[in-house]
Amino acid sequence: MTLLTELIYNSADTLAQTGSGKEDNWIIHHIIDHDLFKFAPIQIGSFSLDLSITNKVFMLIIAAVLLIIILSLAARSNRKNRIPKGFGNFVEMIMVFLRDDVVIPSMGKAGERYLPFFFTLFFFILTCNLLGLIPFLQTPTGSISITAGLAIITFVMIQALGMKNNGVFGYWKGLLPPGMPILVIPVMVIVEFLGLLTKPFALCIRLFANMTAGHIVVLALIGLIFTLGYGATPVSIAFALFIDLLEILISLLQAYIFTILSALFIGMAVHQEH
Amino acid sequence: MNLAVFAAGIGAALAVIGAGLGIGKLAASAMEAIGRQPEASGDVRTTMIIAAALIEGVTLFALVICFILAGK
Repeated sequence: MTLLTELIYNSADTLAQTGSGKEDNWIIHHIIDHDLFKFAPIQIGSFSLDLSITNKVFMLIIAAVLLIIILSLAARSNRKNRIPKGFGNFVEMIMVFLRDDVVIPSMGKAGERYLPFFFTLFFFILTCNLLGLIPFLQTPTGSISITAGLAIITFVMIQALGMKNNGVFGYWKGLLPPGMPILVIPVMVIVEFLGLLTKPFALCIRLFANMTAGHIVVLALIGLIFTLGYGATPVSIAFALFIDLLEILISLLQAYIFTILSALFIGMAVHQEH
Repeated sequence: MNLAVFAAGIGAALAVIGAGLGIGKLAASAMEAIGRQPEASGDVRTTMIIAAALIEGVTLFALVICFILAGK
């Protein structure tokens, strides 16, 4: 017991010493990107592109490598045993759940062609979210640029699949519900266009804010140790642990919500009769 | 006397009130639905979780703006 309290006091001391230079925004310091390898920005006309590797981009690369290794191991184990068992069984269970309860109800039987996109989305967002819970690692999806990238990919998929299934012109015409009085049509056009843009924007902000808010709450609870003195350590760490466990649930939930909403939007674009 | 930080605090409080009321009503209806028809509890539970995540998404919109304000 005393060993545990010694450990906690020592780590709190080191945190206090390292953080003393930036007392005001050490919470923000732990949330934002820091450059690991800095490249000079690439200039394209008046548009400068900064491609340096930050800690979140590094986590993206780790997430991608981890996913490739884990999922190809699961695929190999499923190819070897006709009846899946072990880890391959677990991955297949998740995939069957996604196919039967997420994609097919939203997109109909024809949605099976686009299953790889949804699997990639779900597993990638899940891995990125869960990586942030390991100490000393960062959450890639806690950066709005990365979630904006995912939302832009979903937006492009919605328009592309809608135009592929309904024709380039038919898709845009089909955005207007049929049988509207003439005076309402301009308003409906504006509303439908804005709706097209706000839906992926909401996806982006929802994922980003859920991930970042969780980490900020945990950091703020641990920061209570510095404001209230070392006596608040057990309570503060207990609360922070509880919020961390809630974070695991929220990571899973947000990956599922992103996937099911993408499936819903693509289904609405493909089958415009609804 | 930083008005931006003050506004951020009030904004966050209002956003949380809205979320609390919305998700509370949602949970109440879900409980009632499960009570009336326990066979549907799986469907009700899934839909409840999706709706709760959507309501929280809207709340976190407001929270992001509060973060931006608090940083000014």
